[in-house]
Amino acid sequence: MAVARFWRNQDQRYNLMGSECEICGRKFFPDKTMCPVCHRKSIGKMKSFRFSGNGTIESYTMVHVGMPQFKSQVPYILAYIALDEGDHVLGQLVDCDISEVSIGMKVEMVFRKISQEGKSGTIQYGYKFRLSG
Amino acid sequence: MGKLLRDVAIMGIGQTRFGEMWDLSFRILGIQAGMKAIKDANIESKLIDSLYIGNMSSGLFMDQEHISSMIIEEVGLTGAHVPATRVEAADASGALALRQAIFEIASGQSNVIVVGGAEKMTDVTSDVASDFIMAGADKAWEGLFGASLPSLFALMARKHMHDFGTTREQIASVAVKNHANGARNPFAQFQKEIDLDTVLNAPKIAEPLGVFDCFPVSDGAAALILADIDTAKEYCGEPIRITGSGQGSDTLSITNRSEITMFDSTIKASKQAYDMAGVSPSDIDVAEVHDSYTIAEIIAIEDLGFFPKGEGGRAVFEGETSLEGSIPVNTSGGLKARGHPFGATGIAQINEIVLQLRNKASGRQVKDARIGLAQNMGGTGGTSIVHILEVD
Amino acid sequence: MGRSLNIKAKSVPGPDEDTITISVMAARRALSRVNLSPSSIGAIFVGSESHPYAVKPTATIVAEAIGAAPHLTAADLEFACKAGTAGLQSALGLTEAPDENIPVKCALAIGADTAQGAPGNALEYSASAGGAAFLVGRENVIGEIDHTLSYTTDTPDFWRREGMKYPSHAERFTGKPAYFKHVMECAKRLMENTQTSPSDYDHVIFHQPNGKFPLAVAKRLGFNKEQVQTGLMTPIIGNTYSASMMIGLAAVFDIARPGDNILAVSYGSGAGSDAFKITVTDVIESYEKGRAPLVRDIVNEGSFIDYSTYLKFREKIKMEGE
Repeated sequence: MAVARFWRNQDQRYNLMGSECEICGRKFFPDKTMCPVCHRKSIGKMKSFRFSGNGTIESYTMVHVGMPQFKSQVPYILAYIALDEGDHVLGQLVDCDISEVSIGMKVEMVFRKISQEGKSGTIQYGYKFRLSG
Repeated sequence: MGKLLRDVAIMGIGQTRFGEMWDLSFRILGIQAGMKAIKDANIESKLIDSLYIGNMSSGLFMDQEHISSMIIEEVGLTGAHVPATRVEAADASGALALRQAIFEIASGQSNVIVVGGAEKMTDVTSDVASDFIMAGADKAWEGLFGASLPSLFALMARKHMHDFGTTREQIASVAVKNHANGARNPFAQFQKEIDLDTVLNAPKIAEPLGVFDCFPVSDGAAALILADIDTAKEYCGEPIRITGSGQGSDTLSITNRSEITMFDSTIKASKQAYDMAGVSPSDIDVAEVHDSYTIAEIIAIEDLGFFPKGEGGRAVFEGETSLEGSIPVNTSGGLKARGHPFGATGIAQINEIVLQLRNKASGRQVKDARIGLAQNMGGTGGTSIVHILEVD
Repeated sequence: MGRSLNIKAKSVPGPDEDTITISVMAARRALSRVNLSPSSIGAIFVGSESHPYAVKPTATIVAEAIGAAPHLTAADLEFACKAGTAGLQSALGLTEAPDENIPVKCALAIGADTAQGAPGNALEYSASAGGAAFLVGRENVIGEIDHTLSYTTDTPDFWRREGMKYPSHAERFTGKPAYFKHVMECAKRLMENTQTSPSDYDHVIFHQPNGKFPLAVAKRLGFNKEQVQTGLMTPIIGNTYSASMMIGLAAVFDIARPGDNILAVSYGSGAGSDAFKITVTDVIESYEKGRAPLVRDIVNEGSFIDYSTYLKFREKIKMEGE
């Protein structure tokens, strides 16, 4: 059971907690210890940044055959989303039909069950997305 | 920078058939490929200085690590305590193993090295395999949120279609071509031609990709004997030189990339290889590329410089990469038809180029092939390795 | 069944939703309507009879997910369908008087459930899912809780034993000696204490296990249909258990005007009722309710599913590998 491994990323999963490089202002999700552009100068200069969860769809797919943990959910929509403040995130698109989805649409974050470690293990909660506006 | 201290060449090649090898264990697959390569090189085992084995996930698939030791034991070289090294970069493990062997020879440390790649993936059920192969991409930030490996390539496919007008038919034509080639390769997992409709109407995996857009689950092993050019010439009538080698990395997750319609790691790796070999894309006569998914071949042939960005789909559809085309790609059948045991693929690709350059690829021979290229990629492009081979 | 229970439709949670996800969304929506830093929330109570964990509180996950952790108290509550209002009373108690030794400026009370009923059982027809969150504090309030009291007895009308998947009920016993007795005694006593009568109220909201009981108890107490109408949500969303009365109260706040008098009475099997007299304040005019969807808008967003999809979502059929 990977309790600690999942617990460590709670803030990222629940609240889209990432980082902002104080040197160049770029924002990253998930959080980073060092800015991939500023390198050594950024060590100690990465502050927490909470993304709003608002973004735009840059690509999407309807998953019919996926990983075993997602068997009961297929088919579901997986989207590649450009977050408003920068960087990208992958997440399921919920509460809509595939016919309503196209590249360029706006989305907002919702809080859902992501996975669980079997019937007796912990449940992992986190971000999914739905069409907004 | 980027020059080898000694020239290296391939003396011998060998591989098992790829597919569902229920009767053959990992050890047996390994030794079968190894023995064929040694026989092909016509050398004695005592000449071997070192062994490299590319393998992604013996731990997950077989509950066994330290397979370098397992394989060196199987090939009977433990008497001389020959050094053995396992190398991993998801499905680029094979080419990465080759690259390490190149450096070991070029540096003068060794003269003859057996380089193998092997994977046994069918001992687990397909959904478990699907979970394990996702370990080549980002389990924490892609897998946990519902992404399977095919779905990540499906996202790339849709974006490619949106940005460049690539069509579903163009993408599907990669599978048609590769199956046609695989039908002429006795080692291929699938040796049957298929038509475009079959690909288009296949059960969906992650739209727009269907069953025939995706690599099969396979077992298999491939091996080659690498040596410094002088040793190679001594033993081998037609050594095939490796004139270029390049490697590039990229983020594990596609979310941290600049664009999902290209593989920056392949662009970097190919540039390094072209520079080292002193050739350009138009000099390449035949290529093996990493078609783990049909869209990956389209992106690869663009990133390798064979076609401008966005033109890959059209090029495949119009036959420019078929056996008769301007740049035949995946004459072996590619990962799609030849099969894709993760660690073995990188070596199998090299072996096909060697066959082509030796003029021994009967049934699928590219006329006057003198310079070949192999591109091997890990996961969604976190690692790419490109090798360029030339007739001596 | 639909006509006798007065339920036309019920809400079904998706396979990735549960009481925790519903509580978080309700809490986030409540917070979005006020200009309050989440760290000023000193207590979170979540009442439900379908907490995802039997041991590990829903309230702590809500706390992290709204940014209120770690300087707060939190607890999960249980009292059948009135666990949410029990939380409301606890929140009220903690925030009522300013006290530097119990420094809770505002508290969140949530009622949420993803209720279950055995296939074919009458309960299955009505058991649904939903949640409502109320931020309780002293400043800038949209409603003053003028008075609250409860009526509690040991009455076994509806229960679920530890380890059992579906609850049991005592059929017609759930009516007169249970729901009606507690709701009516509680409402009557509150009106006596506050010297009010049914005609003083603009809105009355009762716990609503079906669409019939609240109309019947309203009539018996002397309220008319218009007073009950706004807060009666069960006919279109089913019985949301711990969220039942609270969603009705939220629907009333969506349209309430300054000076409106509200009587809200919950009911939980086992059994008990909590009653609240609430006066709507002027602050409702500047309240940013538009920052989150209104209750009826949320209902209209839903789409219908068939029974087999419903069975799959509610895990009543075991899928392969489960």
